[in-house]
Amino acid sequence: MKTFHGGIHPGDHKEATNKKEIVNLTPPSELIFPLSQHIGAPSKPCVNIGDTVCMGQKIAEADGFVSANIHSSVSGKVKAIEKRLHPNGLPTMSIVIENDGLDTEAAPIEGYGEDYEKKSPKEIINIIKEAGIVGMGGATFPTHVKLSVPDEAKIDYVIINGAECEPYLTSDHRAMLETPNEIIGGLLVLMHIFGLKDGYIGVENNKTDAIAVLEKEAALVKDKNIHIVTLKTKYPQGAEKQLINAVCGRKMAPGTLPWQVGCIVNNIDTCASTYRAVVKGTPLTTRIVTLGGSALKNPMNYKVRIGTPFSYVVEQSGGLSEPAEKVLMGGPMMGLSVPNMDVPVIKGTSGILALPAKEAKLDKESPCIRCAKCVYVCPMSLQPNLLDSAARLHDIDKLKKLNVTDCIECGSCAFVCPSKRRQVQQIKIAKVKLREIAQRAKA
Amino acid sequence: MENILTVSHSPHIAGKDTVRSIMLDVIIALLPALIAGCIIFGLRALVVTAVCVLSCVIAEYIWNKLLKKDNTCGDLSAVVTGMLLAYNMPASIPLWMTVIGSVFAIIVVKQFFGGLGHNFMNPALAARAFLLASWALAMTTWYPVGTTLPIFSAPDAVSSATPLAAYAAGDTAKYSYLTLFLGNYGGCIGETSALALLLGAAYLIVKRVIRIRVPLIYIATVAVGTWLFADSNGIGSGDWLYQILSGGLILGACFMATDYTTTPTTPKGQIIFALGCGIITVLIRVWGGYPEGVSYSILLMNIATPLIDKFTAPKRYGYVKSKKEAA
Repeated sequence: MKTFHGGIHPGDHKEATNKKEIVNLTPPSELIFPLSQHIGAPSKPCVNIGDTVCMGQKIAEADGFVSANIHSSVSGKVKAIEKRLHPNGLPTMSIVIENDGLDTEAAPIEGYGEDYEKKSPKEIINIIKEAGIVGMGGATFPTHVKLSVPDEAKIDYVIINGAECEPYLTSDHRAMLETPNEIIGGLLVLMHIFGLKDGYIGVENNKTDAIAVLEKEAALVKDKNIHIVTLKTKYPQGAEKQLINAVCGRKMAPGTLPWQVGCIVNNIDTCASTYRAVVKGTPLTTRIVTLGGSALKNPMNYKVRIGTPFSYVVEQSGGLSEPAEKVLMGGPMMGLSVPNMDVPVIKGTSGILALPAKEAKLDKESPCIRCAKCVYVCPMSLQPNLLDSAARLHDIDKLKKLNVTDCIECGSCAFVCPSKRRQVQQIKIAKVKLREIAQRAKA
Repeated sequence: MENILTVSHSPHIAGKDTVRSIMLDVIIALLPALIAGCIIFGLRALVVTAVCVLSCVIAEYIWNKLLKKDNTCGDLSAVVTGMLLAYNMPASIPLWMTVIGSVFAIIVVKQFFGGLGHNFMNPALAARAFLLASWALAMTTWYPVGTTLPIFSAPDAVSSATPLAAYAAGDTAKYSYLTLFLGNYGGCIGETSALALLLGAAYLIVKRVIRIRVPLIYIATVAVGTWLFADSNGIGSGDWLYQILSGGLILGACFMATDYTTTPTTPKGQIIFALGCGIITVLIRVWGGYPEGVSYSILLMNIATPLIDKFTAPKRYGYVKSKKEAA
């Protein structure tokens, strides 16, 4: 079975939701659209307070190339443009829209249609840019930037990431089961952009039902080959470098991007959104969210309008069975713990997990006993034990020597650590410090 | 939903292993050898082990109290040190010596260097070397199996040669492989029964506390080395099976060369470490004036560990040595 070197086997906790169909969640009365839902420059609002907006209407524009458009997911009125709490914990300029409940649709994106094969790659990438699509696995890198590879790049692998290696999350799994046509359709669009006959979807072998459904759907495709690649269930199988390595055997050199080894990787929901944008003319306004965690009464898979507050999603599902002490956006390995439940679902919200007090407890750190478990599991072949101690000593030279910037922050080291040390936290702080030093050197 | 939630950095879940659970596994793995020791040497083996464990734990407790540090006895590492130290002593050792050895192991070897995770030598082995240098006779007096050992005084019997001393003297007829495998001969408390030790080691490997590579390579190196050189009749006539079944090799290879703190953390480094231990053991056993060589070889390789770690750092992911970089 295809996989990568290192990694861990956390309990997957997926059985709570992996059989539950995706439910369309009716939108709340007020939705919040932070202007920063992606990596890159925050978007610029293109509506004013009091304006009436339609569902799918652009309300904020990409500010520069690495940025993304934002569209309203409901029709209604712009109530405010003010600072609201972002899931990352920072007050962020946001557009607040009052839902009129009518879902009056805006005009679709120009240039869409089934006949996209007649269009140039540039035109298609433009539609994707217009639709505000970003990497929906959680990294939220603008997709049009990812697809705009330099002219010298020779892409021969388009890979769709269906690994979903994070515990609890089942949103991609359900999407593969329920809308395989959108996923394969999206992959065909991406293949067309790079003029490829072959496309790949990597799925972990704990989702055999999804593999079967996708294979059936792939068999319907004429003239082109869609390969469903079965991957070993192991975390972090869905990390970009590890996925590329597993699917096509290539290894990205330190500091390089996937196109440099001829690969483009996209998440399942991103791929489906691409299909909807290019073929149906629909901008990115909804996403699939797994609602899970043991503090919840009813774990669910929801199709949620972007901008819906977490608290509303939780209430609609039937609420909490016990008080939540920690609420995560994304999976438990790399997800973000949010400051409170008023924060909205954004483009990168793959899951909302509510953990009760006993699961939110932070273990006390004890000294490293040099057990080397972190060295064995690190998928990037780093030495997390040494990185951790160098970071605590602020030893910048040592950190550089240990290639701290290679760390993908997957958390495998901290997961296996018997001393419960928080290596990832230390490494993340160290990276910020290194960036500051580099910036000061430039100035 | 106004209440403020706990915010912390990912990952938000952790594996079940703790330092305590790992040490507990090691203790469980060491129990068969203790039972074997009690059967072979009598109740005094248990008394020596109990005194060692208690002295180690109390020494650690007092050290923490005096230095106003958190009590670390709960991590059970002092218990493991005490057991390993006892396993490296003859059952007839005076009890006051075991106390001195335990205090030396915990205070001098472990705590002086910063406590758990920071000592550069295996505390039990360093204490054994210290006792051997100080009271060589008591540490190397082996009474024949079946001698009744009084708790507080020396027994009235003649000591016997260990299998390795017999081998060095060219007399191997006395011990059959089965005797050696079961451990029914004079030696240290926990080192004689290969069967009991291998059972414990298998448990540790199954529980993934240790990896098989270090014991396997260490024992294999000694087997090859002694097969080649351990007999004056010429190369390739050494009795390797006799060699690996006797002395402290299996105890050392499975429980002390696999100690986390004092051995390399890189997979390559662990292989070099095991090879080095094996080569030094063969050197001492074949050409040294001392029939046993396991504890000194592990101690010597302990000292080389930081260097080995430095030179065997894993290659970063995707690293390719290009011509430009090499130049």
